[in-house]
Amino acid sequence: MADLSFPLLTCAAALPAVGAVATAALPAARRTAAKWVALLFSVATFALALVIAFRFDPGAKGPFQLTESHAWIADFGVRYELGVDGIAVALIALTALLIPFVILAGWHDADTLEEARPNRRWRPTQGFFALILAVEAMVILSFEATDVFLFYLFFEAMLIPMYFLIGGFGDGASGADEGEAAARRASAAVKFLLYNLAGGLIMLAAVIGLYAVTADQLGTGTFSLQQIVQARASGHLTLGTGTERLLFLGFFFAFAVKAPLWPLHTWLPGAMGESTSPVAVLITAVVDKVGTFAMLRFCLQLFPQASSWATPVILVLALISILYGALLAVAQRDIKRLIAYASISHFGFIILGIFAMTSQGQGGATLYMVNHGISTAALMLVAGFLISRRGSRLIADYGGVQKAAPLLAGTFLVGGLATLSLPGLAPFVSEFLVLVGTFSRYPVIGIIATVGIVLAALYVLVLYQRTMTGPPKDDEVRALPDLRVRELVVVGPLIALLLFLGVYPKPLTDLVNPAVDHTLSVVDKQDPKPEVRVDAVPGHHRAGHPAHHHDAEAAK
Amino acid sequence: MNPVYYLYLAALLFTIGAAGVLIRRNAIVVFMCIELMLNACNLAFVTFSRLHGNLDGQIIAFFTMVVAAAEVVVGLAIIVTIFRTRHTASVDDASLMKL
Amino acid sequence: MENLIALLIAAPLVGAALLLCGGKRLDRTGHWIGTLLAVASFAVAAVLFTDMLGRATDDRALHQHLFTWIPVGGFHADIAFQLDQLSMTFVLLITGVGSLIHLYSVGYMAHDERRRRFFGYLNLFLAAMLLLVLADNYLLLYVGWEGVGLASYLLIGFWQHKPSAATAAKKAFLVNRVGDVGLSIAIMLLFTTFGTFAFAPVLDAAGTAGSAGEGKVTAIALMLLLAACGKSAQVPLQSWLGDAMEGPTPVSALIHAATMVTAGVYLITRSGALFDAAPAAQTAVVAVGAVTLLFGAIVGCAKDDIKKALAGSTMSQIGYMIMAAGLGPIGYAFAIMHLVTHGFFKAGLFLGAGSVMHGMNDEVDMRRYGGLRKHMPVTFITFGLGYLAIIGFPGLSGFFSKDKIIEAAFAKGGTEGLILGGAALLGAAITAFYMTRVMLMTFFGEKRWDPDEVHPHESPKTMTIPMIVLAFGSVFAGGLFSINEAFVHWLEPVTSLAHGHPPFGATVTTAATVVVLLIGVATAWLMYGRRPVPATAPRGSVLTRAARRDLLQDDFNHVVLVRGGTHLTDTLVRLDHTLVDGAVTGTAVTMGGLSGLLRRLQNGFVRSYAAQMVGGAAVLVAVTLLMRGV
Repeated sequence: MADLSFPLLTCAAALPAVGAVATAALPAARRTAAKWVALLFSVATFALALVIAFRFDPGAKGPFQLTESHAWIADFGVRYELGVDGIAVALIALTALLIPFVILAGWHDADTLEEARPNRRWRPTQGFFALILAVEAMVILSFEATDVFLFYLFFEAMLIPMYFLIGGFGDGASGADEGEAAARRASAAVKFLLYNLAGGLIMLAAVIGLYAVTADQLGTGTFSLQQIVQARASGHLTLGTGTERLLFLGFFFAFAVKAPLWPLHTWLPGAMGESTSPVAVLITAVVDKVGTFAMLRFCLQLFPQASSWATPVILVLALISILYGALLAVAQRDIKRLIAYASISHFGFIILGIFAMTSQGQGGATLYMVNHGISTAALMLVAGFLISRRGSRLIADYGGVQKAAPLLAGTFLVGGLATLSLPGLAPFVSEFLVLVGTFSRYPVIGIIATVGIVLAALYVLVLYQRTMTGPPKDDEVRALPDLRVRELVVVGPLIALLLFLGVYPKPLTDLVNPAVDHTLSVVDKQDPKPEVRVDAVPGHHRAGHPAHHHDAEAAK
Repeated sequence: MNPVYYLYLAALLFTIGAAGVLIRRNAIVVFMCIELMLNACNLAFVTFSRLHGNLDGQIIAFFTMVVAAAEVVVGLAIIVTIFRTRHTASVDDASLMKL
Repeated sequence: MENLIALLIAAPLVGAALLLCGGKRLDRTGHWIGTLLAVASFAVAAVLFTDMLGRATDDRALHQHLFTWIPVGGFHADIAFQLDQLSMTFVLLITGVGSLIHLYSVGYMAHDERRRRFFGYLNLFLAAMLLLVLADNYLLLYVGWEGVGLASYLLIGFWQHKPSAATAAKKAFLVNRVGDVGLSIAIMLLFTTFGTFAFAPVLDAAGTAGSAGEGKVTAIALMLLLAACGKSAQVPLQSWLGDAMEGPTPVSALIHAATMVTAGVYLITRSGALFDAAPAAQTAVVAVGAVTLLFGAIVGCAKDDIKKALAGSTMSQIGYMIMAAGLGPIGYAFAIMHLVTHGFFKAGLFLGAGSVMHGMNDEVDMRRYGGLRKHMPVTFITFGLGYLAIIGFPGLSGFFSKDKIIEAAFAKGGTEGLILGGAALLGAAITAFYMTRVMLMTFFGEKRWDPDEVHPHESPKTMTIPMIVLAFGSVFAGGLFSINEAFVHWLEPVTSLAHGHPPFGATVTTAATVVVLLIGVATAWLMYGRRPVPATAPRGSVLTRAARRDLLQDDFNHVVLVRGGTHLTDTLVRLDHTLVDGAVTGTAVTMGGLSGLLRRLQNGFVRSYAAQMVGGAAVLVAVTLLMRGV
């Protein structure tokens, strides 16, 4: 099982960690060098992620591949166990892909701090990029960890660099003076930390509880996901209904805070609004994905019965998130908070898909994580470019930007269209799959969720209209420069990727499908069958769908 | 003579010392009371050493003496500094460590 | 041959990509590249058409499978195209009229600094519209469906510096999205009911779904109708079309008259088998069609803006088509036939209106026109032919197609048939009235413009040639289609055909049509031809004022949706802050209070700390002793 030829997974996480140390170690005078070092390491990590994606064989048997396993804290059965399934590979690739763009987009984010206190020990640039790489390393490790304790460790540890990134670096565009802005930033960072710590602590209790149960029944306690799943399947480990539900809730609470699910969402708008836009991308496109990913990997696989038990409530909460997030987005006056509320709506879709317990729902949810990462990054980063030009986050300060900066407006529109899931762009595929997957098991919830697409159009188009169209607001808007080369390098590939994955998502679905099937088999759910058997109808051969024949055979 | 009496003596000395720390305001006196408590402990240690018939207690007593000496050095230095700046040796006047 | 199908879409798509990403280098040649690619697409369509004519009637459908798009579990979507007679008809209309309007735009947009982008959007529209009619499954159709919506959004809002244009664009997209919800739900229902959403298996299975499936099929059909209402501006989702006239006139001609707005008719005709299996849904379709054809006509009577009057007319004419499509196999072919002839004459009318505006410094108010026939002879003649066609003057295109629809409506039989037929006849009378009004106010009567400021002139050749070609279509298309019922038989393999039993002969219907036509024209002449038209609009009756405001639908939307929605979101924002966030903040405040209490213990007095230590030690000792005692 363990392919010990080369510890690819460890390296993928170690590379950005080394990069973080190297960046942080550079002296104050070498801040340009620090930026390039950080960029270099992030690109190298992306290359390594691609190697992982190509080495990964979607058709192979067994849930996890490229596994590594070493004893770590033997007394408590904690192991250093890594392994990836298709879902993890997709998300690692997403993370590694986005970080170089985040670094490029944040190229000048620490510069204002640099000027604030010119002395030889003051190194905000080094700190900014080192923290980003540190977050990347921890996120990648939490995607890879198959040991619950190991996962928990990095799930919590990533809060530390995130806290400093949110609290330490601002975009200077809040409209308030720097002192008040810093205070607001600090409070947003503390709120972020407290929410996530509270979730994490409850999860810690559940992790310990899980260990106690396994130690009690298996003789030796273990945190290994695979061992627990196998022991449950073979009947060696039986959780009482009450115990399982409590443990499930402990895990789910932490992930729901991270994701975030209504009503645990209020930290997100503050954190995204007050931080610089690359950091906001880091929060919503990278770090939050760990929450939804962990629901799929840990909640469903460790506690299948409890997951089914909690499904109705979670679906309703997800539905509320979708509509609530979208409605609040409509009423926002601040561009970044608007995008944050839109993200809450999108996370509602992801959670809906996960707990619909159909292959379309979960496959769609996984694609959604990837696509939402890319589309939000595109929209948020362009918004960041816009904000950095005018120095204001307020929608009311813009208007008619299209005339001065057509390229910026165009890319902003494409990002917005991706956010409203326009067909032809990647998010459409995932959103439709989630809706179909939900609808096939819960029609009413599916229909209500579909209303979300109208609201999405509303907030995106209102935002675009107020900022980009009409006569230029004032002379400052009239003089806004268009996108620079560095900014085009950031946005161009993201938009190309959105188009490509919208037209040809098959590489991604091929990667994800087996993992989703595995999860569903652990949860013991099957897709609902269509009511009318089309194969009984003459003339069907005209359609000529191979998969269709396959279904028909399966039905027999 | 029953060694237990030494323990009673040690307890008595310790109580006197503790009461002195709690009641007196003068830092020097408080300091002396602390020394008294430490020595009460030393006495107890030595007694136990005798009772159990090994040398562990006596070794610890030596440790305590060394630590006490070091503490006196640091503590007196602090008291002298406070006295110089505030012209008083009352412990109640030095309440700056609260939040 | 089937490999050419993708080329149809690829040509304009490449054009869009080139023009939108090409940058300033293409500013000088961009419009010709766009036009050439549209013409190329038309050429490919012509090749495919001749090939199709060469094959036997039941062997005409072509199928091209490009690649698998979304495979997840039982959900299987393909990028695959299907070209049958119905699609072919649309492809020819779209590429043909599309090419003409590209050519027209070369002249019309000559002075616009963003012309390259305009042609990029037009090409994007062509690609999306072709995708819509060529898709072989509902999901791919949905891609085209939203694609044309996007192109429409971009083109309506093309003059973005005008706030009214940006608002109109947003409104069009939003109202369309409401319809799109219907299409989404329809596709989901198709998937859960049939396990697939490709046309062929679904339509084959629709009839055999059985009584258990009828409810589902009705639901699907109603959802498809909702989608059609959004895209085709039918009641109750019609409000966007009038505002969409903010776009440049070629856009109004191509998208909001000839092609995109007829997508709803395509959807219903394409899904004919589903509607045939759901009589309740069909009733809803004809009701929507009949209401809209009257609604649009009434609105068209009151508008002074020439483009908005034509928009009302478009709504009304599509109402005819939707109604025909709702009649089932007796109507499908006529719906499509009217769609094609309408494509010709309405595009021609819009281009004529554009030409008038071009000569009149972009003035759109007909009360400031008058007597233009001498200044713009070509425009006058082509517009006039289009006018005769739309009112159904015997012998011209509109006569043949509209007459057939009225006949089919009566043939529905029973009270329903009489109501529908009556509505259609009434609609024909109103059509004659408002089109005559437009004609008289624009080209006849006294001139109501200032000769010192406005110098009406004929438009350049690039603009008049498309108008002339379309005028030919307006005159002859209907007649040609009706020779031996050629058009109906051409579509028969796809739409199937049935003949109803009208309560009275075809001659009676035709006579009635001509009579109401004459009544309409005469009334308009009495009101606007015989006496001078005031340059400022009179206050008018209650009905006129309501019709000017689109029968108050926008006011309703504003009060209920816009204000209600704003109120709702504002309340939610407050609740989010006070209730949801407040719960958490409340916990934090409570904790803070508790720690404030505890803080008092930290008073900074050394002796108090010492006392606490002693106390603590005493407690520990006591506990230890007690535990030992137990």
